[in-house]
Amino acid sequence: MVESALVGWSRLQFALTAGYHWLFVPLTLGLAVIMATMESIYVVKGDEFWKKCAKFWMKLFAINFAVGIATGIILEFEFGTNWSNYSWFVGDIFGAPLAIEGILAFFMEATFFAVMFFGWGKVSKRTHLFATWMTGIGAAISAVWILVANGWMQHPVGMEFNPDTVRHEMVDFWALVTNPTFISKFFHSVFSGWMTGAIFVIGISCWYLLKNRERRFALSSIRVAAIVGIVGTFAVMFSGDSSGVHAAKYQPMKLAAAEGLMDGGERAAFSIVPGVEIPGMLSILATHDINGYVPGINNLLDGYTTPDGQVFPSAEEKIERGQTAIAAFAEYRELKDSDSAAAAEARRVLDENVDYFGYGYIDSREELVPNVGLVYWAFRVMVGLGCALLLLMVVVLWAEYKKRLPDMKWLQWAALLSIPLVYLAGQAGWIVAEVGRQPWVIEGLLPTKAAVSSVSVAAVQTTFFIFVAVFTLFLVIEMRILIKAIKQGPQVEQE
Amino acid sequence: MITYEFLQNYWWFLIALLGGLLVFLLFVQGGNALIFLAGKNEQERELIVNSTGRKWELTFTTLVTFGGAFFASFPLFYSTSFGGAYWVWILILITFVFQAVSYEFQSKAGNLLGKKSFRIFLTLNGCLAPLLIGTAVGTFFTGSQFMVDKGAVGNIASPVISRWANGWHGLEAVAEPFNVGFGVMVMCLAISLGALYMINNIDNNKLAAQLRKSLLVSFGLFLVALLFVLIKLLTMEGFAVAADGVVVMEKGKYLHNFLQMPAVLALFLVGAVLLVSGVVMTLSKKEFKRGIWLSGPGTVFAVMALFMIAGYNNTAYYPSSLDLQDSLTLANSCSSEFTLKTMAVVSLIIPFVVAYIAYFWRKMDKKSLTTEELNSSEKY
Repeated sequence: MVESALVGWSRLQFALTAGYHWLFVPLTLGLAVIMATMESIYVVKGDEFWKKCAKFWMKLFAINFAVGIATGIILEFEFGTNWSNYSWFVGDIFGAPLAIEGILAFFMEATFFAVMFFGWGKVSKRTHLFATWMTGIGAAISAVWILVANGWMQHPVGMEFNPDTVRHEMVDFWALVTNPTFISKFFHSVFSGWMTGAIFVIGISCWYLLKNRERRFALSSIRVAAIVGIVGTFAVMFSGDSSGVHAAKYQPMKLAAAEGLMDGGERAAFSIVPGVEIPGMLSILATHDINGYVPGINNLLDGYTTPDGQVFPSAEEKIERGQTAIAAFAEYRELKDSDSAAAAEARRVLDENVDYFGYGYIDSREELVPNVGLVYWAFRVMVGLGCALLLLMVVVLWAEYKKRLPDMKWLQWAALLSIPLVYLAGQAGWIVAEVGRQPWVIEGLLPTKAAVSSVSVAAVQTTFFIFVAVFTLFLVIEMRILIKAIKQGPQVEQE
Repeated sequence: MITYEFLQNYWWFLIALLGGLLVFLLFVQGGNALIFLAGKNEQERELIVNSTGRKWELTFTTLVTFGGAFFASFPLFYSTSFGGAYWVWILILITFVFQAVSYEFQSKAGNLLGKKSFRIFLTLNGCLAPLLIGTAVGTFFTGSQFMVDKGAVGNIASPVISRWANGWHGLEAVAEPFNVGFGVMVMCLAISLGALYMINNIDNNKLAAQLRKSLLVSFGLFLVALLFVLIKLLTMEGFAVAADGVVVMEKGKYLHNFLQMPAVLALFLVGAVLLVSGVVMTLSKKEFKRGIWLSGPGTVFAVMALFMIAGYNNTAYYPSSLDLQDSLTLANSCSSEFTLKTMAVVSLIIPFVVAYIAYFWRKMDKKSLTTEELNSSEKY
């Protein structure tokens, strides 16, 4: 019997690791673009000032990079240590992008990071610039493959269930890499990294302005970062829009939870906060049609028929069909060597119901609803902060363009204080994506409780608290080191 | 003709190659194990940290890719071993996690724990990671207590396929002397490779002399452990897969594997000769510094051969000592033919990856590391 406590602690441990990892990765993605842009200006213009700018941000990049790697390795292996059933049940599909990530991206990052950091004077200017860009591109390619895997978990495509090997098997690799959920998720995640990098650089630069030091460095950094950040934010908005459309199509429960929508329908309203709604807006966002039908949580549980006549079964029917599929699977396994006709019939029943296989493990309809309050508010935090940060970057860039930024202390403070907010937005985004799809590890096919490893609750609790202590220690140390390095500054003003 | 069986063997070859490269790159860990033993003062310790510090990410990445490749090609191993031998893998990961941050943190102002603490973390990772990885790989030959029942997926209340049969979750491997011997062997090898690498990479005569002393001791211990492991390996009962797929114990199975696969035996012997030559030449000729480029490839070849006798020639590479029929073989634990084929296409990029790593390695290490360089450029 799989204990619910084991599932809960295993989820908590994975969420902890992913949450910490996502503190460090976005800065890597964003800062890489900013410092590579600065180094490009240096190579083109030959102005040593830009080299020093790039080197300063590289120093902060390196401190952050190490902790990202440390949390990343735990994530990879937790798929095996804590989600062993998952590893076999879908490893045929999920493992491939992970391996490609290692071969293609990680070696690129590892090799070029060393050249970027230690290669000044050892390789030519252009080779060094190439290495800096390749470090950033490596990080982005790494995001491609892990998000191919994650996108597939949210919207499984390109595979078939094989009852003989007892797993889903890949039949179409191309379907995986063109999965629309992956594509919007990739752009959404990577460009949110650009936002993080930009806000980080703008915030720190504004601190220098507040302290009345490193003025040229700060203003130059702000110019580069604000442009990167604004471009990134618009890309986040566009990819967020397509994410919403894909959620409506493939993960309607996630969308309903994010909206706190109990009873849906046509011309569904978008909730800004409880009690404040924009009529028809949710239909526009989810279907790009003001008359589009958006099911609510109750519709999804009770079953519903769309205006164009499509019928969707109730939770109970899905659970029943899932149980039928699992029973047929067990029967097939039992009979396949002894009674081929009966086994063929069991196989037919299984194939007929296989799309609901995961529902067979679900005990009640309530299990199919994620934590609505958490997902609803996380979504609002993500979108609200995203809009506020875009506004901030636009105002900062405008003020810098008008040469008024050095005098606008309130704006400098706002930029500095926005650094934790961009991280909060990023974490909220992951809560929407990952809590919103509960109870599924693989949407519709494998719930968390059928995916865990057979280890004791005490073991997972122990490792959870070890990781809490270790990651928190690293975070505290990283922040202390970053603050010291920032206080020391780039020291380019005497130039 | 590319058959399913060919693809299974091809992927086991890649796993063996990655395993070999990983053990070679454990010179980073081995080097760190010597921070306080060979590094007698701050200047020497700084040279050691910065020498291994310019390569640690390659070792780390190889470990991650080794894991990823196992996941992609033999997912039942990933699920059974990582989910079962929970504590061993968690311990290995924790030592690597501390290593990952220690380089960057150790000499930075505000690092809270002080330089020495982070160097101790590097040293602990340097000793424990090879020891634990080696011990875990030892179970490829001695077996582990697990059961696999794929039909469990049909049990709604308890659908877990792989289960470990004891509460030690992998720690019980230390009760088997062969596993511990294997771990000690890998640790001593890593330290020897670390010393060899730094003799070549660092330009400091005093430190080089100390590293040669460390090399003598570590390689001596390595030879003792190797002898123990080889005698046991070649005489022990192995996990053979009969023609009907039934797993049976076979006396001298791994010796038979060597004899029945002469190419693998040759690979092992060439590896061993290169490995020993690198060390002997380094120890016997004071001016000879390039031992790592003999012993390193030698390590890759020898380790590959060990993986090959564990998995090829109808052998269960991850045996269950609880129920022989639950043992993992290349055939019963691999991915589907389509996935292996797709991944085989992706693997064609590996030579390109190796080529650019080699190019930049050469470019970066053209000149040996000196204190003067550290004082005038970026350093950890």
